Amino acid sequence: MSLPQEAITLFLGLAGVLVAATAVGQALKRRAGCAQSSTVENLNARVFAWWVMVALIGVAFLVGKAGVILLFAFASFAALREFITLTYTRRGDHWALMLAFFVGIPVQYYLVWIEWYGLYSIFIPVYGFLILPIVAVVRGDTTHFLSRIASLQWGLMICVFCVSHIPALLTLDIPGFEGKKLLLVAFLVTVVQGSDVLQYVFGKLFGRRKVAPALSPSKTWEGLVGGVASATVLGAGLWWLTPFSPAQAAAMALVTCLMGFFGGLVLSAIKRDRGVKDWGRMIEGHGGMLDRLDSVIFAAPIFFHLTRFWYVP
Amino acid sequence: MLTRLSARLVAMSVAGLARVLTGVLPNWRGCLPEARQRVYIANHTSHGDFVLIWTVLPHALRRQTRPVAALDYWGGGGMRGFIGREVFNAVLIDRKAAAPGQDALAVVIDAVGAGASLIYFPEGTRNTTDEVLLPLKSGLYRLARARPDIEIVPAWIDNMARVMPKGEFLPVPLLCSVTFGTPLLLQPDEDKAAFMGRARDALLALKPEERDR
Repeated sequence: MSLPQEAITLFLGLAGVLVAATAVGQALKRRAGCAQSSTVENLNARVFAWWVMVALIGVAFLVGKAGVILLFAFASFAALREFITLTYTRRGDHWALMLAFFVGIPVQYYLVWIEWYGLYSIFIPVYGFLILPIVAVVRGDTTHFLSRIASLQWGLMICVFCVSHIPALLTLDIPGFEGKKLLLVAFLVTVVQGSDVLQYVFGKLFGRRKVAPALSPSKTWEGLVGGVASATVLGAGLWWLTPFSPAQAAAMALVTCLMGFFGGLVLSAIKRDRGVKDWGRMIEGHGGMLDRLDSVIFAAPIFFHLTRFWYVP
Repeated sequence: MLTRLSARLVAMSVAGLARVLTGVLPNWRGCLPEARQRVYIANHTSHGDFVLIWTVLPHALRRQTRPVAALDYWGGGGMRGFIGREVFNAVLIDRKAAAPGQDALAVVIDAVGAGASLIYFPEGTRNTTDEVLLPLKSGLYRLARARPDIEIVPAWIDNMARVMPKGEFLPVPLLCSVTFGTPLLLQPDEDKAAFMGRARDALLALKPEERDR
């Protein structure tokens, strides 16, 4: 699969944005001088991590379908590792956990690779859902059984099933869009992550009223409205990456950004309940893999099915 | 030569595997990774414990740091013996020595005398109980008395018991961390009970807060 011209244009644009962000970050750092500002430090760490993430996605795109599938399989692995670390497990869960990591992840992504929609869309919600509690129950440990097995099922759905719907976009056969499927992945990831960044920027600049104080101290109404509105405009402006018209692209962007926002809230609620601020320390400035992926996780399956419903005959 | 090379390769792969499975990161809370001779003491729940500590040490420190391990487990033939002797250059203690005590510890004190840093599990054996930490064995005190000049760095290995629970032979991937505390030195007038209590408290103070379900 050769890289479509549109992807090169997009990556050049992203590099331009990152150059600008790096310049702003360094300027702020110089202005702050010796007085170390944790916000500026965190901003620069985030920008640097974005360079790495954009580069990784770029390499995956160059490799093509296999690269994208491997990248997100690895993301699923890292995310599930973070998720299970924070849940309550017992010795009796060991086989079920092994099954989730070493069978669940490879099989799900293999099914995406062979484009077997009929199975990859039910493998975890049906087969995983029923087999995992069976594997756990034969170990005979009933202590908190329901919450243990429900946490594992939730982890698999969030970290593997939902994440796999990003590369699954490559399996959609949209008439007139042949050879350009990578662009759908680029559109989804750019719009949802762009929405996160724009919510952060609007929140830092204008944020006053907290939108969900019980869940997240950093999410504000100003950030939400400004971020989602501008990301919707961004999505409309990126319509040339998609089979959508500009208005359709805007609608898709709005839906995915809203899903992404609420996804962030849901995963925040879990972190709060577990008494942690971040899922991990994997990505400097951002936290763990799940801290970076939370919004895409909730957006991807909806984006996938809306696209499939309206654009795949 | 070939053995050295393959030992280095296996060491790198074991450290790589530990990183992939546990994403292990160090918290240097009480000290920094300095190139000085030290004895790292840690809680012990899994055969992978010394690998985790070794993995989070900077490369320059890894070479001079030797785990103290049981001769009966890591000293035999086959793969385990290769990993114990060649790959990690373990200081092997004979737990089943006819005259236990001073003799079993002599190899450890010799290794320190030769300039090595150590990874030492003062519980003496893996903790497979529900206790947070088993009572520490007095070998630690005798080591500290033999070499009161060497820093003893407490380290807490978190979550390794979940990665490889008792009786399981395959690890499940979960995030682990190693937290290093403030180095301890045996005080001139400090008796055994006081020192052992201090070491135990130093270890327990590094344990992350327990999350219930």
